[in-house]
Amino acid sequence: MAVATDDVFEEHDFESTGDPIHRTRKTAMWIWLGSEAFFFGAMISTFLLYRNSTNDGPGAEIFNIPFTSASSFILLMSSLTMVLADSAFQRRDQRQGRIWLIGTVGLGLTFLAGQIFEFTEFVEEGLTLSTSPFGSSFYMLTGFHGAHVAAGVLMLSLLIAFSLRGRLSADHGMNVELTALYWHFVDIVWIVIFTVVYLLQI
Amino acid sequence: MATATHAHPTAKTYWLIAAFLVAVTAIEIGISYVEFLGPAQGVLLVTFGVVKFFTVVAVFMHLRYDVRQYRMLFLFGIVGALVVFAVVLAAMQAF
Repeated sequence: MAVATDDVFEEHDFESTGDPIHRTRKTAMWIWLGSEAFFFGAMISTFLLYRNSTNDGPGAEIFNIPFTSASSFILLMSSLTMVLADSAFQRRDQRQGRIWLIGTVGLGLTFLAGQIFEFTEFVEEGLTLSTSPFGSSFYMLTGFHGAHVAAGVLMLSLLIAFSLRGRLSADHGMNVELTALYWHFVDIVWIVIFTVVYLLQI
Repeated sequence: MATATHAHPTAKTYWLIAAFLVAVTAIEIGISYVEFLGPAQGVLLVTFGVVKFFTVVAVFMHLRYDVRQYRMLFLFGIVGALVVFAVVLAAMQAF
């Protein structure tokens, strides 16, 4: 059944959105992502509330915008490699899918390395978790986001291992799609954090 | 087993969308350095952030092409997050 009328779309022949089990799993994932939006909504509002409470310690002026911009670029590109991996698995192209998954893991790890470097720099400049409400809310928000990225890297690594062992067949293609949803969610949360925390100087 | 097939964008579309997202991010960064914009700076940054957010959700997360039910679930999460956002700020007398 072809839906596409031009070259913008391509057909996917195993993504069984009509299959009750697949649909239930995907619905559960969307519900969970919705609840995650609540979680990050609370964290971001807490940061905004305390962004000026620096207790005479370092504040937003210590942010290194060019460096964080590079991190944002890396995470955006990881969303591209993730969607290309998902697309390859949908076409049952395991090899291509694995390559894109490995690329996504590499970009995710680069992002995490950048975050560790950034945190180290901030601590050296005197901003710790207990320095001020600003420091606490900043580290909690970006730290929890980093933890989500780390969990995503772990899930992607498992998918690569499953694929190498031949356990990521068409029947399990939904696992890639659900992991992709999670990864893109982590990306959109960063889009909000980058804009609200780093770029907006309220 | 029902196997309802649906269409997703091609790799070319994904690359174009990624290029668009990078371009918007570059514009955002540029705007963040332009001080004379005043309050318009914040409005522009939030607008570009929203555009990027919904572009990823619509294309990379396939919400534009998937069933309506998923859109509703995610919308519920977003509206809920905004409500939590407002409640926290109101509770702390930020308004």
